[in-house]
Amino acid sequence: MSGRPDIGATLAVLVVFTLLALVAPAVLETYTLTILLIYGLLAMSLGLVWGFGGILCFGQAAFYGLGAYSYAIAAINLGESTLPFVLGIVVPFLFAGVLGAMMFYGRLSDVYLGVITLVVTLIFFKFMNSTAGPEYAIGQARLGGFNGIPGYQTLNVPGDPDAYIFGDDFYYLVVAIVLVVYALLRWLLASPFGRVAVAIRENEARVELMGYDARLRKTALFAVGGAVAGLAGTLFANWAEIVTPGLFSLGQSAEIIIWCIVGGLGTLVGPFVGAMLLGYLKFALGQQALIDNTLVLGLVLVLSVLLLPRGVVPTLGQWAGLARRRRPRRAPRRRLRPARGGADG
Amino acid sequence: MTSRREFLAGSAALAASGLFAAVPGARAADPIKFGSILDMSGIFDAYGKPMDMAMRLAIDEINAAGGLLDRPVEVTAYDTQSDMALYTQFGQQLARRDKVDVVHGGILSASREAIRQTLRKSEVLYFYNVLYEGGVCDRNLFVTGVTPAQQVEIVVPAAIKKWGPKIYILAADYNYGQITARWMQKYAAEAGGEVVRTDFFPLDVADFGSTIAKIQSAAPDIVVSALVGGAHLSFYRQWAAAGMKPKIPMASTTLGVGNEHKVLTAEEGDGILVAYNYSPEIASPANERFLKGWTDKYGDTSLIHEIAVSNYQGVHVWAEGVRKAGTLDRDAVIAALTQGLSIDGPGGMVAIDPKTHHAVLDVHLMEFAGQKLKVLESFAQRQPVDTQGVCDLVANPDDNTQYEIKI
Amino acid sequence: MDLATVLIVEIFYSIAVLVVISAGLAVVFGMMRVINLAHGEFMMAGGYATIVAVNAGINIYVAMLIVAPLVVGLIGLVVERLVIRHLYGRLVDTMLASWGLSLVMIGLATMIFGNTTTGISPPIAGFAIGGYQVNGYNFFIIVVAALLLVAMYALLAGTRAGLVARGTMQRADMAAALGYSPDRVYMVTFFCGSALSGLAGGLLAPLVGLVPTTGGTYIAKAFITVISGGASIIVGLLSSATLFGLVSQLFTFAASPVVGEVALLVAAVVLLRLLPQGITGRFFRGRL
Repeated sequence: MSGRPDIGATLAVLVVFTLLALVAPAVLETYTLTILLIYGLLAMSLGLVWGFGGILCFGQAAFYGLGAYSYAIAAINLGESTLPFVLGIVVPFLFAGVLGAMMFYGRLSDVYLGVITLVVTLIFFKFMNSTAGPEYAIGQARLGGFNGIPGYQTLNVPGDPDAYIFGDDFYYLVVAIVLVVYALLRWLLASPFGRVAVAIRENEARVELMGYDARLRKTALFAVGGAVAGLAGTLFANWAEIVTPGLFSLGQSAEIIIWCIVGGLGTLVGPFVGAMLLGYLKFALGQQALIDNTLVLGLVLVLSVLLLPRGVVPTLGQWAGLARRRRPRRAPRRRLRPARGGADG
Repeated sequence: MTSRREFLAGSAALAASGLFAAVPGARAADPIKFGSILDMSGIFDAYGKPMDMAMRLAIDEINAAGGLLDRPVEVTAYDTQSDMALYTQFGQQLARRDKVDVVHGGILSASREAIRQTLRKSEVLYFYNVLYEGGVCDRNLFVTGVTPAQQVEIVVPAAIKKWGPKIYILAADYNYGQITARWMQKYAAEAGGEVVRTDFFPLDVADFGSTIAKIQSAAPDIVVSALVGGAHLSFYRQWAAAGMKPKIPMASTTLGVGNEHKVLTAEEGDGILVAYNYSPEIASPANERFLKGWTDKYGDTSLIHEIAVSNYQGVHVWAEGVRKAGTLDRDAVIAALTQGLSIDGPGGMVAIDPKTHHAVLDVHLMEFAGQKLKVLESFAQRQPVDTQGVCDLVANPDDNTQYEIKI
Repeated sequence: MDLATVLIVEIFYSIAVLVVISAGLAVVFGMMRVINLAHGEFMMAGGYATIVAVNAGINIYVAMLIVAPLVVGLIGLVVERLVIRHLYGRLVDTMLASWGLSLVMIGLATMIFGNTTTGISPPIAGFAIGGYQVNGYNFFIIVVAALLLVAMYALLAGTRAGLVARGTMQRADMAAALGYSPDRVYMVTFFCGSALSGLAGGLLAPLVGLVPTTGGTYIAKAFITVISGGASIIVGLLSSATLFGLVSQLFTFAASPVVGEVALLVAAVVLLRLLPQGITGRFFRGRL
């Protein structure tokens, strides 16, 4: 579960996931499963950046929204989905790269990192909310402000704009994408790059003393996280058929963090499972009117921080005795120390 | 002595006859599925909760009168928690899993757009019962709320006549505000007015100090607002606190929709001019019936607002359409709705314009007085002229666009 | 000329609002290294406390200045004992737990008060500067903000309690060795911070339409102000509030409120990129 190559475990996860994904449509509608998988993918992107890179990003929603908007805007202008789909990944990747470079080369850390990512998300949110006027348009695509952008071309078979991929087909496509992304991320983490990234999380000064450029690696990892979040946003845009500034909201960022916390940091499966569980909980709560839903989500977060500081999946793993093989790992870096040494006030 | 066999046969026959008698009965009682999708929690629940209550009241009334087509109406309601992603989710669920016969709901324009295409594709009739910016042209959709032109054509000329020609416009910075502001400019010009400035505010702006100073340096005769939501309510409060209220009068197309006249004190609100389809002060038998029904079901009538009544009227319009059509078939109901059907609702007569599938409504010019909406003058059967300018479903039944209305 | 005066008043007012809404967060973060993301909801609770008290017939000044801080201080105390206490030293965990707490509080407020907008009127009438009407309540906020800063400084620098508090924050072990219980000090500090949040909520209640989600409007601004201020509680708070208040009002006046808000956010990003330790990480070092 750490950055070490563990081909057996990865294959096991892939096989189990594939089986579950094939059985699941018998239990739940595919449109519900699709969105849950998209949430899972989004959570995995933060799980990568935060759980393995030790970078707490309060603004993962910025990349998610950017992916969705890039797709929608490009799809309106091009009327075909292939290039927009690629843009939905590349734009957030580049943006995350630039933002990451600015932060990591500026040696910002911990809290300040949180503030910058938070602020960037807020800027997107506020900007997108104030683009209702006709002067805000990219090509033929009106940004639409608070109401968002509806009515763009959804995913089609590359090269054939009339052959839409939707419904069950879209679900299986998302399943395949999740499998590929998971495998790629595992490979990335097992590679020398990934192992150094994890080492940076553990002790940045030591890694730098050994001659690695921590700034570059953190930036790259951050950009990859941005790309995965953007991919999730692109898929969301295809599922929902409308994108709104709500994608950039603080609430959305909060949700992603909650998924990771509940699922468990330091793993990729944990955030994924957390997102699917809580996503489903949200849908289930929407069908009743007894308890306020915000209240329930809040309680889940507070209780999981207090009682399950390592998250559901790692805790279950521990119970199952999986962790016995190695010496107990350090709990994933949630105990980030304050940036400042002593108080001087 | 009756043999055991005869007895068994007899009772089997009895049971069978009972069964046969029961089968047609069961089929007749097979309920009509009515889907509702509203924000009943989260930031928009002040709009959504009363809408839900109004919808349930209307359904109760329909069922108490024997249901529709001799079948009871059963509600399937989802709470979208003010989250746009949930609209898509629950919209799909209503259409594909619950297979409802009609969907009423959606509050914000974005929420409507999130489910409109799904419902259109799955051929489920959709009613959007909210005051909105106008321009949606879709045969599968019926809109029973007022549109900007219906309000603005009444409130702006009235304000100009009353107070003078120079207008300062404040509007919420999203589609509704932008479009409403354009209608304000148009009707102001037609009434001989002049717009000195138009300012737009994002929905979360709550500090209007600089704006109030700016308004004063422009020195208009009237401030016309299309501000929306809790944060914007601060404007009216800060305006009154700065002592501006007696100096420059105000008109609005939005204030009061969320019962803001009950939140502002009489000193802050009195004299503000508005135009809506509904006020609890309307004296008509239909409104008295509605208020009595609400009181019997919920007790307190203070939650009732404009769009709750729109939702109530929307449900009744749909029910009338089903009655006229004599079937739940979508095309038959659409045909019935567009052939001169009308209902007598709490806000006055509601008819459907066949060209746009928007409502033709009574609009009332009102004034805030003692935390109530005092009706000054009623304008019968206003056409949705804004949407009519761009949409003609009689000529183009396959149209499926939200038009940006050019003025 | 009158317009310039009005503009200056608005700038001071905007700075004062930033000071007021950030003070509670600054105390809790500056002294305890705990980021309380439920700060906005504490303010919301203060607002509701004020409105309920006023509607119950209590004098509005008593409601704003005494009832609201007291009620929210007590809420803070409960929260500290139940949740925050277990998470000291775990900065990120406290952030997350308090985030969850903020959701819980929004949910509770919605269940109790509903999402209908409520509010009360400001108790001070407007008056004229030249040809311009100005909100009289703005001056009240400016005065309260100034008094607040003075009082905080006096308390921290001039009293034994302040000394003990600062000592505990720097070296809890030494304070404990000298016979002061850090646990107690943290508890009291958190109480004070929460009370300040409640005060802010009470003060702003007459200016805004209050809904359970109102807190979200302020938390980001308060958070940014406090972090940008840096290590020194009072000087940091004042300097960053001044900077951001100035920037946002000037841009609001010259263009529109959106531009004002975005300008504030951009200023924060630039500032933190240039001064990663906040303003007082570079200037005014070692001040309180």
